[in-house]
Amino acid sequence: MAKIKYRDALRIALTEEMERDPLVFCIGEGIAERGGSFRVTEGLLKRFGPTRVIDTPLAEAGFTGLGAGAAIAGARPVVEILFVDFVMLAMDQIVNQAAKYRFMSGGQGRVPLVIRTQGGAGEALAAQHSQSLEGLFYHVPGLKVVMPSTPYDAKGLLKASIRDDDPVMFIEHKLLYMTEGEVPDEDYVIPLGHADVKRAGTDVTVVTYSLMTLRCLEAADRLAERGISAEIIDLRSLVPMDTDTIIESVRRTHRLVVVHEAVKRGGIGGDIAATVVEQAFDSLAGPIIRVCGKNTPIPYNTSLQRAAVPSVDEIVAGIEASMGASIPVR
Amino acid sequence: MPVETASIAAMYETALTIRRFEQRAIEQYRLGNIRGYLHPYLGEEAVAVGAVAALRPSDYIVSTHRGHGHAIAKGHEPRLMMAELLGKATGYCRGRGGSMHVSSLALRNLGANGVVAGGMPLAVGAAFAIHLRGDSDVVVSFCSDGAAANGALHESFNLAAIYHLPVIFVLENNNYAVSTPIRDTALVENLSERAAGYGMPGVTVDGNDALVVRAAMEKPLQRARAGEGPTLIECKTYRQGGHHVNDPGLYMPKDELERWRARDPVGILRQHLVDAGVAEAEIAQIDQRIEVLMDEAVQFAIDSPEPAVADFLAEISAA
Ligand SMILES: Cc1ncc(C[n+]2csc(CCOP(=O)(O)OP(=O)(O)O)c2C)c(N)n1
Ligand SMILES: [Mg+2]
Repeated sequence: MAKIKYRDALRIALTEEMERDPLVFCIGEGIAERGGSFRVTEGLLKRFGPTRVIDTPLAEAGFTGLGAGAAIAGARPVVEILFVDFVMLAMDQIVNQAAKYRFMSGGQGRVPLVIRTQGGAGEALAAQHSQSLEGLFYHVPGLKVVMPSTPYDAKGLLKASIRDDDPVMFIEHKLLYMTEGEVPDEDYVIPLGHADVKRAGTDVTVVTYSLMTLRCLEAADRLAERGISAEIIDLRSLVPMDTDTIIESVRRTHRLVVVHEAVKRGGIGGDIAATVVEQAFDSLAGPIIRVCGKNTPIPYNTSLQRAAVPSVDEIVAGIEASMGASIPVR
Repeated sequence: MPVETASIAAMYETALTIRRFEQRAIEQYRLGNIRGYLHPYLGEEAVAVGAVAALRPSDYIVSTHRGHGHAIAKGHEPRLMMAELLGKATGYCRGRGGSMHVSSLALRNLGANGVVAGGMPLAVGAAFAIHLRGDSDVVVSFCSDGAAANGALHESFNLAAIYHLPVIFVLENNNYAVSTPIRDTALVENLSERAAGYGMPGVTVDGNDALVVRAAMEKPLQRARAGEGPTLIECKTYRQGGHHVNDPGLYMPKDELERWRARDPVGILRQHLVDAGVAEAEIAQIDQRIEVLMDEAVQFAIDSPEPAVADFLAEISAA
């Protein structure tokens, strides 16, 4: 088992899947010659050639639709869209075409398409390069949504996504590419729809995903020093969502905090809270707390950006509030 | 019958099948058996018939909201199409799709589309899959003039061109996008001029003569199968009626409509048959066959079961 970076784990997953299946191909802006903005696809052109590793013009709708059409016709495309912000240019192809194709065709057609993209606030990239837009895809029937937080999960989930017969939005976080973790050499897949308990705990259930998993773990460390045991559940895939693991945990801890970087309004946290109220209302010993991004575009200024997305301090405060402490949460 | 005469006869039969299918569909609409949007292909039959006549069964088509003609030309059975239009469980899409989403993967029709130009990137993708597999099939991507100003068309043209993909873009210029005439939304005389901007060949042909359309496919098909890339064929044609079944089309000048009716695509094919020496009686037999087929199609659709709600709910709960 080697310690490798998130971006390398993604590259290994792509390489293994392309070796396994000649119908897997990668297409996107600057992914071939340059190896991608985050170097995830570095070396793939050399290894697999220009028919399977393809640079595109800046035509997000066109090449995303190309991926969908190729998937319908039997290939397994991995389309890379530079930033989730730019996925907005391809929304018709994703929402009206790829997501609905299987259904509209009465089940005749499948769309084994993966759209790899990355989101989140990073190094002062401002409002059009920092968004967390997973809620948009989460809302559309027919799409799966995967957001790994570790190199291990990134590899196993990307492989599962490529093998999946439905369109998958695979959203990486720009601050995770350089993070490291243990990744076994062997060929493993992590089935979609299985959350991972990243830290077991007894006092409060914290449900999160992507970069915020790391912040929640840090918050849990701090709270442990004060005798509070937080269970951190990393959803890993939002659709399908492993609600069983959430409910089981809440039944034990009686408390729930949901943490995500995406804005609170209309966010996935609200949906998770509602599900828990529907299915485990009688287990709750206190209010469900959501610690989420503020309802604002991401500002350029570093201090302002920091204020816009959940910090470890805010997560700690949120968990304390769920425990009945008197610390207010916005 | 000589081979060419037989082929014209087959094209005539397909064109008339489309004509009669649309007329029966309109009847079913008026009876309330078909609901929603229904966009008849009346007057444009020669485009689908001519374009698809040049294809092999393994070639793909990608259709539009005005898609019944494309589907019938590609070999869809009228009864299974009519059933889909009536929303029945026996339809091509088991009643989930309806008129705007008819498809048959088995017949390699990737489907009609409710979004103007929305299917064009899919066509380019299907062509990419062909290229990846090293096959020699082609994809015909249908659109009309309304798509000519949409970004998806332009991105599709460019992607197909730069990757030398086997796509033939067949643009049915029927002069209207709903009520908006093309002269208001494009400043070129022929929309085929758009091709030059992408480094692909573009031609404009008479879209009301199926033999002309079929002939226009020849070079583009060779080019596509040889891996040399896409071609744009603009077929000038006309919608003999409103945009959809409930649009009386009052904005269409009477004399314009009459001019195009005088060049009716089904009539032109019939004349080709007569010119080839086929007897009236033989043509009448074709006409007769189609009437029977249509009666059967409508009856089959009406008699078919509705999709079961329980099946639907079971399917979606698994997703
Ligand atoms: C992107 C998009 N915009 C608007 C519509 C509404 N609409 C449906 S058909 C149509 C006209 C399309 O005209 P054209 O492309 O020329 O096709 P035709 O109806 O002539 O076959 C419009 C505007 C749509 N379906 N999709
Ligand atoms: Mg038109």
